[in-house]
Amino acid sequence: MDKNKQDLRIGFYICHCGHNIASMVDCPEVAKYVEKLPGVVLSRDYKYMCSDPGQELIAQDIREHKLNRIVVASCSPLLHEHTFRGATEKGGLNPFFFHMVNIREHNSWVHTDRAEATGKAKDLARAGIERVAHHRALEVKRVPVNPDVLVVGGGISGIHAALTLAKAGKKVYLVEREPSIGGHMAKFDKTFPTLDCAACILTPKMSEVGAHPNITLWTYSEVAKMDGYVGNFTVTVKRRPRYINEDLCTGCQECIASCVFKEPKFADEFNEALGKRKPVYISFPQATPQVVLIDPEVCLNFKKGILTDKCKKTCVEACGEKQAIEFTQTEKLEEIKVGTIIVATGFKTFEAERIPQYGYGRYPNVYTALEIERLVNASGPTSGEVIMRDGKQPQSIGIIHCVGSRDKKTNRWCSRVCCMYSMKLAHLLKEHTDAEVYNFYIDLRTPGKGYEEFYDKLLEEGVHFIRGRVGEVTDWAFTKEEEGKLVIRVEDTLAGYVRRIPVDMVVLSTGLEPQADAQDVRRLFNMSCGTEGFFLERHPKLAPVNTFTDGVFLAGCCQGPKDIPDCVAQAGAAAAEAMVLIDKGYVEQEPNTAFISEQECSGCKSCIPLCPYTAITYVEDRKVATINEALCKGCGTCVGACPSGSIVQNLFEDEEIFSEIEGVLAK
Amino acid sequence: MSNQEWTPRIVAFFCNWCTYTASDLAGVSRLKYPSNARVIRVMCSGRIDPQFILDALAKGADGVLIGGCHPNDCHYVEGNYKLLRRYRLLQRMLQDLGIEADRVRLEWISAAEGEKLKRVMFDMVAKLKALGPLGLPEKFKDWDQEMEALEHQVAAQAGPEVAHAH
Repeated sequence: MDKNKQDLRIGFYICHCGHNIASMVDCPEVAKYVEKLPGVVLSRDYKYMCSDPGQELIAQDIREHKLNRIVVASCSPLLHEHTFRGATEKGGLNPFFFHMVNIREHNSWVHTDRAEATGKAKDLARAGIERVAHHRALEVKRVPVNPDVLVVGGGISGIHAALTLAKAGKKVYLVEREPSIGGHMAKFDKTFPTLDCAACILTPKMSEVGAHPNITLWTYSEVAKMDGYVGNFTVTVKRRPRYINEDLCTGCQECIASCVFKEPKFADEFNEALGKRKPVYISFPQATPQVVLIDPEVCLNFKKGILTDKCKKTCVEACGEKQAIEFTQTEKLEEIKVGTIIVATGFKTFEAERIPQYGYGRYPNVYTALEIERLVNASGPTSGEVIMRDGKQPQSIGIIHCVGSRDKKTNRWCSRVCCMYSMKLAHLLKEHTDAEVYNFYIDLRTPGKGYEEFYDKLLEEGVHFIRGRVGEVTDWAFTKEEEGKLVIRVEDTLAGYVRRIPVDMVVLSTGLEPQADAQDVRRLFNMSCGTEGFFLERHPKLAPVNTFTDGVFLAGCCQGPKDIPDCVAQAGAAAAEAMVLIDKGYVEQEPNTAFISEQECSGCKSCIPLCPYTAITYVEDRKVATINEALCKGCGTCVGACPSGSIVQNLFEDEEIFSEIEGVLAK
Repeated sequence: MSNQEWTPRIVAFFCNWCTYTASDLAGVSRLKYPSNARVIRVMCSGRIDPQFILDALAKGADGVLIGGCHPNDCHYVEGNYKLLRRYRLLQRMLQDLGIEADRVRLEWISAAEGEKLKRVMFDMVAKLKALGPLGLPEKFKDWDQEMEALEHQVAAQAGPEVAHAH
């Protein structure tokens, strides 16, 4: 090693990053300090290392000064390690002779004392210099990318992503949990601000998905397991029994008509339980696929979900020769191989019961916004007539914004779509009932194309806007005109006093939340969640659809609340990111895998059970363990545990880490 | 670090996927915390060899902070559990060596928890300040001198057989 040290020619670069680093770290001083460290032949400070001239500087110095190690102190390696490895390679050096020191995210941005920050930068730089001496040349391995894509979630985001990829000639598996694709958008009546009918713009896309030869659509199915890595995922999909053979069902719905239940009797999920359905049903007229399903919880041929075969089975008679009804279906597991995955699992709406003072669930005429979407919808439970649970038509309606949004007691975030959909519902309700409509808002947020104009339009239509967070909804009447009504108590912050506004109907504009099982889905795909529970993108600005797992992308509201245009845009972006990998055809793997030095291995087998990927096996005849490099993912857990120190992890070798420890602590 | 006032030196080992990213997030969010820790990145907390921790203490760190993903969240399935086992064993050993438990700290900090990282930094610095310097390198020097003196003494008193037995 000493001989090696004598041959060292390290080039050190400290980046000012404009003022981002230079304002808190004395960069020239650090450069001067590093210059005197052993092995350093060149030490520079430069305004923007990641710029083209900055990168060129490295490449040029390598050639001119015969540098054989490069250390750059700048931002996080998660951001620019790749850039500088490229520059190192450009200079004719193996890219792994480069090491990056983080003095921005971990230093200049988080500290307030310039002397301390400069001292810390020196320590970190010294550690980098010590470490890089031990670096070795490594080869990047190329692994082919399976061109098939899995899209999880069949809402508008999943649909758009799947269609984009299918149209580009890629094979797509679209997996949706519900019996039909369409997601929340399928439930909406109109979309803001253009007021086009949601079904009219969505259903053509849905049927395109259903008919596209490149798309394998699996509804009523969930992803159960994901193994593998970018380019080569193995995914297990759990397909729940719908008791109907999808290939044989023609969607004629004769079975529904002939069911022994003459009238629909069971809460209809698609209509937010405002309507009823039979045990055999189709979620909604445009459902894709056009295949019915049987709910074993209520079907008479089952008892508590278990097949009893005791019903007259008039549905089977009605189905006749098609023989599509299969009561004996069971859950099926299908295994597929894909190269990339797009997660578009969407959101759920805030449960309005969580704010009891608004009376949802207590007063029948308090509705959630999603219920109103169904209520005003022509194919909804009332065929589009706004009839309240008590059978009357409302004369006055109060819409309460920010229910479960912008509230420290529930969710702190703004759900982004509620202002606009509340106004849309105000317009639709007024159109349907000619009632007086009051909006109770904190702020009106209309930052989209044509959104502010929509607000202006509503003002012209005579919709009332009252600024203030509603205190409560009560049926306790103070005056005669309040009797039999729901009274909304609110501090009108523009008028400056507390008002009581009696209305017939209250609409709660519930916010958007992560899906209830978002944590499970996150673990399934090895992703991270932000504090609020939405899936975390790799970088909020520069990698908004990537996740920390290569090859897994995000689209739509599972990443955070957004409206339909943004969902579609993001879905397109996710599809494009997937295509980047597919069309490139291969991925380069970080060579941070581990290997075992056979001379030193004692054959104790401690490492074997530690490996989560079963990459380590015991070679009986040589009495040593060996690592399958293709299976190793480079966590280094075996390395940390090997009693004889015979396992080496590339890029994180013991010597490298020990020298880093020594470097940060040396005075 | 200023010369006038002693402040603890912390070596931190952060896993690439959770705590290192949280630390980046703290930076991007411009959270402010004390500058005592020097972060060494590893891919997984499971990579952390107890020797790293002992080495850091021996070379002059007053404390070691280990950051990994929350249980169930490890990017490599369960590296954090493997680390936890080693950490528990190491803590017992450190106790026997007279090194306070607060000096070697394990925290699960997810990629989203920049705030938690900041809190941990403040808390750890406060706790180490209360404990005072560990100063192992100086102690090693003292002990070596003591041993040397003792050896001389024993050799002088007992003659060659004892030195042989020693």
